[in-house]
Amino acid sequence: MILLTRKAEFSASHYYWNEAWSEDENVRKFGKCANRNGHGHNYTLEVTVSGEIDPTTGFVVDLKQLKDVMEHEVVSVYDHRHLNLEVPEFKSSIPTTENIAIAVWKRLDGKIPGASLHRVRVYELHDLFADYYGEP
Amino acid sequence: MRAYFGRRYTLSASHRLHADALSEAANRAVFGKCNNPHGHGHNYVVEVIVGGPVDPATGMVCDLVELDACVRKEILDRFDHTNLNMHPLFADLVPTTENFNIVVHRLLKAAFTKAELTAVRVEETANNSFEYPVPGFPSPGSPHSHAKGSAA
Repeated sequence: MILLTRKAEFSASHYYWNEAWSEDENVRKFGKCANRNGHGHNYTLEVTVSGEIDPTTGFVVDLKQLKDVMEHEVVSVYDHRHLNLEVPEFKSSIPTTENIAIAVWKRLDGKIPGASLHRVRVYELHDLFADYYGEP
Repeated sequence: MRAYFGRRYTLSASHRLHADALSEAANRAVFGKCNNPHGHGHNYVVEVIVGGPVDPATGMVCDLVELDACVRKEILDRFDHTNLNMHPLFADLVPTTENFNIVVHRLLKAAFTKAELTAVRVEETANNSFEYPVPGFPSPGSPHSHAKGSAA
């Protein structure tokens, strides 16, 4: 088995807010991220898939297909959008880096021809990232 | 759902690789330039990955501010702009980046209790990096063995 990773980037805005909490509580917990006008990041997405190498092609996965799935399922939905307001999964969950990694996994799982999803890593900043491996 | 949160920190420190058990000539042969008696330094990158269930109320594995504060107290304040060889933790330990990585892991494992410390990676240069503990080889369709964590 071998792992293959492909990167993509998207730029989006978001804010952190828990509707069940008071404004004070949200500001105390989330700090600047609770600004209701939002703020944005250039996110880097790393999708790692696992599989066996096809002896005919030498590929574990067709990179063009992987790129197209990532573009169609994730980048076209998230890029230049406000995650809280325009992406359905974040109506009910806060678009933290952890939740974005989980959401990306759900969008991609089972849609990559010939390979299994191994890890989704989302960088919000170069020094801050979240990983999701599909664990319950 | 269980996810992992990673954060990168930088610190600058000097070290000299020298084993008292070896002769001067053997030290020079084994460690080369790293055996220079006056030491040399690196800008280390310490990458800390912690795992745990995502809190539905916050969407987070742990509070970033708490992790930053812990790493600052345990690692950055202790080692940044210091000579690793002079530190008591390296009194009987060659401060290779392998050993530094294990020391950092041990300190954080003991100090950070808000999520499981899954792995520590240390980059000594852009070309050399180390990771501890070693994740097992993942099996198809199953979570990365990071999930099990393991500390020696």
